[in-house]
Parts: sequence; structure tokens; C-alpha cells
Amino acid sequence: MAAPETSDAPAPRREIHTISLYVANRPGVLVRVALVFARRGYNIESLVVSPAAEGDFSRMTITCSGDLATLEQMIKQLSKLVDVVHATDHTGDASYESEIALVKVAANLDARTEILQIAEHFGAKVVDYGTDSLILRVFGASDKLDAFIDLLRPQGLLELVRSGKILMARGLEET
Amino acid sequence: MGIAAPKLITRGVPVANTPFSDCPSGAEVLIQCLEREGVEYIFGLSGGAAIPIFDALVDSTIKLILVRHEQGATHMADGYARATGKPGVVLVTSGPGATNTVTGMLTAQMDSAPVVVIAGQTLSSNLGKDAFQEADVTGITYPVVKHSTLVRDPEAIPRIVREAFHLATTGRPGPVLIDVPKDVSEAPCTASLEAEVDLPGYTVPGHAESASLDAAAALIRRSRRPVLYVGHGAVIANAGKAVMTLAEKLRAPLVNTLLGKGATDETHPLHLGMLGMHGTAYANKAVDACDLILSIGARWDDRITGKVDEFCVDAMKIHIDVDASEFNKVLRPDVCLLGDARLTVEDLIPRVEALDTDEWLSVCTAWRQRFPLKYPKKGGLRAQHVLDRLDSLTEGNAIITSDVGQHQMWAAQFCRTRSNRHWITSGGAGTMGFGFPSAIGAQFAHPDKEVWAVVGDGGFQMTLCELATAAVHEVGVKVLIINNNYLGMVRQWQQLFWENRLSGVDLEGNPDFVKLAEAYGVKGIRIRRPGDVDRKLQEARDHDGPVVVVAEVAKEDNVFPMIPAGAPISNMIIEPPKERMEKPSGST
Ligand SMILES: Cc1ncc(C[n+]2csc(CCOP(=O)(O)OP(=O)(O)O)c2C)c(N)n1
Ligand SMILES: [Mg+2]
Repeated sequence: MAAPETSDAPAPRREIHTISLYVANRPGVLVRVALVFARRGYNIESLVVSPAAEGDFSRMTITCSGDLATLEQMIKQLSKLVDVVHATDHTGDASYESEIALVKVAANLDARTEILQIAEHFGAKVVDYGTDSLILRVFGASDKLDAFIDLLRPQGLLELVRSGKILMARGLEET
Repeated sequence: MGIAAPKLITRGVPVANTPFSDCPSGAEVLIQCLEREGVEYIFGLSGGAAIPIFDALVDSTIKLILVRHEQGATHMADGYARATGKPGVVLVTSGPGATNTVTGMLTAQMDSAPVVVIAGQTLSSNLGKDAFQEADVTGITYPVVKHSTLVRDPEAIPRIVREAFHLATTGRPGPVLIDVPKDVSEAPCTASLEAEVDLPGYTVPGHAESASLDAAAALIRRSRRPVLYVGHGAVIANAGKAVMTLAEKLRAPLVNTLLGKGATDETHPLHLGMLGMHGTAYANKAVDACDLILSIGARWDDRITGKVDEFCVDAMKIHIDVDASEFNKVLRPDVCLLGDARLTVEDLIPRVEALDTDEWLSVCTAWRQRFPLKYPKKGGLRAQHVLDRLDSLTEGNAIITSDVGQHQMWAAQFCRTRSNRHWITSGGAGTMGFGFPSAIGAQFAHPDKEVWAVVGDGGFQMTLCELATAAVHEVGVKVLIINNNYLGMVRQWQQLFWENRLSGVDLEGNPDFVKLAEAYGVKGIRIRRPGDVDRKLQEARDHDGPVVVVAEVAKEDNVFPMIPAGAPISNMIIEPPKERMEKPSGST
């Protein structure tokens, strides 16, 4: 008999996957892509759509979380979409990735010095200097941004806008 | 405020002295493109937003078949497509006209049938404004189409039509929707009819990779108990001859899915018939005991595998499919071959040799003898008897379509399909109402062939309005209603698994189907006694024109064998169970 499940067993860490899609610029392509995720109850964490180097194509970078078997199936379903030229899972490969965040923090005089120290450490730039708040712009890998935001959280995070991750395969490899 | 001078409009084309005065409209170009695609028939029903397209049909060689409900049009197009391999075409209006095609598109999508649906749409400028009969049809249908396009530019019509037909018919076929706003169909169109497809994200697999073929052949060579598991992909790719050659070369038994019926001759000595939930006991036993199962265009559907974890656990699995997204979806085969079913089987044949299957074939033969399909001979008229006789009388020469329910399973069991595209049924979607209109479509495709629609009293009533279509066009389709006055398949489940607590299955209020047929000017024949079956079926066969045969069968008969949904094959019930059964864990 299998061991009984205990409720205090650690919850499995949800793995974040990054998928890159190269798509033809046709109306509806974004909805079709989103439906592949929605139909399986797969959560999209972030999605960035931008023009590709060639005019009639776009690049989509999607981060999502869920189990691997479903992901494998979804990549194939995405590739099968008529307007998707290719779909690649970049999870765990050595691609270059980046993201931008704008962070608005409450910053009264007492807190300001510490916030600015944190910002400096992360190479973040103050892009709006107010009496009660600051907006900081930071970029880099998504987990660096996570760490930055976590440090600022106790200071009073007022607003957060993240661009979503973008990514590119290194060398001559295709993204 | 001044009053604008009235503009002279003909077919939406401004006439007076414009550069477009002798230029065709978008609708006319659309119809010309369909003619170039070789379209013979359009099944449809008109409405405001589609009037320009219907108008263009007046001058066309394409024959318009006016249906009574748009769902019927989609199933007719689907039946036409499945009977020929050529795309079936539907034309409807916007809003409710288009939404009535959704079930038909789902049906075609689930069973990979090439259907092109053209829907009229409100004016482009009205889109998103809740205009009269506006519906976001591309939005509603995304999950049930292979592809769809909302036409914004009349000049793009030739390309979009070419792409629609290319997509519908190649690779894994499926339904494609073209949504045409009224201003687009009325606008002048100067585009050349000759258009190239521009689909950079779409490729059609042909031959499988030779390394994978070698790997598959190596597995096959080691097998002593092989089974060829033949699906709809083999039908679509016309792979039957190659599959039979392979089976005979290997001396391997074959089974087919509900949709694979007809890819190869079910009466061939190596053929064990249909497998799955209501397949033959010997087909299922063979699959359960095999050491290698080769899927040829079949997708390990839950109706086949039952409990996946216990399905063919010790057998090697090879999967041939034209759709890569089917690989590793339900289970993980040992070898996957991406390619056209016919080409892939042809490529396998020279790589394999005859196997030592004497013992295996004799085991299969013993099962066949010990567990034949059977039914009670007493207790009045039996659906199985009627279908058994239909099989004997037509000898596999008729195209048989079916609706969904008990009668479908009995037809699949007793009407042994001998040749490709002679069996048409809604498998993936299980759409009640499919059987009759799909037979009309098949009959349009093959006017000289005998076409039978085997339907239930429930499903027939979902699309019976097409009796008018059959009557008007003198489509000689024969409808066989297996009338048990029940939604029989659901009643069977309630009886077997829900303590016979019948809920919503009694079809009291059924019409007299003979009189109903006669009201449409269609011949009606009733069968009440087993002794009358042959004579009455023959009478229907001899009748020139549409005919409805109503078989008043035993009310409470059940389909066996049965593998309860989600259960392993070993749980197959071959005879009516004596004790109460557990509720099945599998879906519906
Ligand atoms: C459109 C639709 N609604 C409901 C069902 C569920 N369903 C499957 S079989 C069946 C009973 C069909 O009854 P009938 O047409 O009389 O055929 P029988 O099973 O009695 O032969 C039902 C309701 C379905 N498959 N399709
Ligand atoms: Mg019934």
C-alpha cells in the first residue's frame, strides 16, 4: 500500500517555463495561442508580443507554469496552429533573457536612504522623484527583478508594472 | 443640411463612370474561386448578410442545395466530404445562421473532415457594435475549426479561398471558416483568381523519417503477437491497400476503430472487426494480449484504451500519424512515425518480413469462435437482426451512415464495412442529428450508389426537417429508424450503472414516423415483425427516391460487448450482467 499523504508535505514548486513563438502576423493569432493555454487550464504568467525582424512576423515570449507533460502537448498544439511558424520551449537552456520593471514605492524621508541603496545595488534608476513616492526602473533577468521587488516590499510597494520576460537564443541558434 | 445625391448601386458596385464599372464584386469572385476549386454543391441557407453571395450563385455552375437548418448543411457537407475525400462547402448568413453551424464544425473538427463554411457577416463598420445579426463568429468558432479568416479586404478573397481549401483537405483535414462581411462581398474586386497560398506556419508531412521506420521495423520483426490498429487516418490517406499488404505480409490480425471502418475489408479473414468500448470481444481480447500494437492513423482515444495505465502495458507501441500533436498525448509509444498513413505503411512494407504468427492467429480464431457477436432471437424485433440483414442484403455495396447511440454501435458491429468511405459516422463529437443529413450529402456525392442512414428515434428528430431537402431534390437516401422510443444509449447506462433510475430518456410523444415521412411526400415503411425484415428492407431498396423505414424494435435492449468507460479491457462485459455494476470512472 502506498504511504498515506501527509498534509504538511512541501507543495511541489511550480516550475516557470519560457516559450518562444514565431508567428505570422494574422488577425486572431494571439487569441488562438491564448486558447491553447486556456483550454487546459494552464496559467500564462506573462506574454510579450513584438514585431520580428521580418515585417510580416511577430515574436511572442510566454512564461507559464504547469506540469511538463501538458507543456509538451501544448508546444505541439501551438506549433500546429496554422499561423505559428515555430514554437520552442527555452526552459533551462542558455538563452539570454531580460525583463523591465517599474516599481512605485512609498518613500518618506526615513525610508528613502535604504530604498536608494537597494536601487543602487540592483542598478535601478529613479525615473520619478516625488515627495511621498519614487518610481524605480530596473531591468535584468526575471529572478533578479523578483529579488529586487521582494526587498522593496516591506517599504510599501504602491504599484508594480513588469514588461514580461523577453528572451533570445545565443549564438547562431534560432530563438 | 443638404441631401446627398442618390448613388446608383448594382450588386454593390457603383456603376456610373467609376474605374470599377465592369469589375466583379467580392461575392462573384468568391463564387468563381469556388468553381475553380471544383465545388459541385453548396449546402446552405440564406439571410441578409449573405444575399450578395447567394446572388452570385444564380449565375454559377455550382448547385445550391437549400437546407432547412444550417446544422443539416454542415452535416451534408461533411457526409459529402467523407464519402469522397473532397471538401464539402456550406454557405450561411451571419449571427444565428453562423452559430447554427457550430455543432457541424465541431463534428468535422473532431473527425478530421474537410468542410469549408462560408458565413455572411454584418458590414465591417458594424463589427463590435451589436449590429443586427452580428455575432463574433470567428471568436465563437476558434476551438472548433482547423483555421478561420474574417475577410477584411475583397482583394484577398482568392488567396483566402485557396488557403481554406488547402488547409481543409491536406495534412490532417478539418473545417475551415471564411467570414465575409457584406461590404466585402459587395465591394468591387480586381484580384486575379489565381492565388498562391501564403501559409508560412503550415507544413504537410509526407514520408516518415527512415531512421524511425527502421526502428519500427526492428520492433515489428521481434513480434509474435502483433495487431494492426487502423483508424480514420488510414481512411483519409486511402491507405487500405497498403495496410492489407502489410497485414498479409506479416500475417498479422487487424482491428479498426469506429471511424477506421472501411479502410480495410472487415470480412477479411485477418480482420477482427471493431475494437473499443462496444467492439467485438475478439478484437478487444487480441489487443489486450498482443505484444505489439501498430496504430495506423488512430489516436488512442479513451473509447479505445479504457484505463490507459492498463492498456497494452506489455506491448510495444508504434504510432503512425500525420499530426505530430497526437504523439505522446494519451500514452508514450515506443516509436512515433510522423507521416502520411499510406506512404508510411508503404515505406514499412519492404522493411519487414513474415512473422511467425501461427499460434497467435489460432488463438484469435478461437476467440472469434468462442465470443461471436450475438443477440437474443426472441422478444420481438431486434435492432441487431435488422442491421444484420441490412448487411447481408447490401453486401457491403451501400454507403452506410449512422447517427449516435445504441443503433450506431449495432450498425458498427453488424454492418461490416468492406471498402473505403462506405461507413460514415460522428465518432469524436458523437453528434446526434448527424446521420440523416450526412447520408444526404453522401448521396449527392454518389447519386448511383445505395445510401442508408441508420438513425435512432431521438437523433433523427434533431435534423428530420431535412426530409424536405431529400424530397425536393429526390435524393434517394434510405433512412432506417431504429425506433426504441428511448434515448436508448443513455437508458442503457442508467440501467446498468445507475440502478435503472431512468431520467430524461423516455421519448414519449414520438411521432408516427411513417406518417411523418408521408407528410413530406417521402415513402414510409414500417417493420414490426422479424419475419418481415427482409421483404421490407428489399422494398425500400427497390424504391426509387427517398424512403423512411421505421423498425419498431425491442424497447429495452442493450449493446454488448461493453467495456465500461475508464475500465481496463479485461473488465469487458460480453453478456448482460447478472449483478449490479459500479459507476464507470471514465468520461461519459
Ligand atoms: C446532440 C447530442 N445530445 C445528446 C447526446 C447524448 N446521447 C448520446 S446517445 C443518446 C441517445 C440517442 O437516442 P436515439 O437517437 O434514440 O438512439 P438509441 O440510443 O436509442 O439507438 C444521447 C442522448 C448526444 N450524443 N448528442
Ligand atoms: Mg432510440
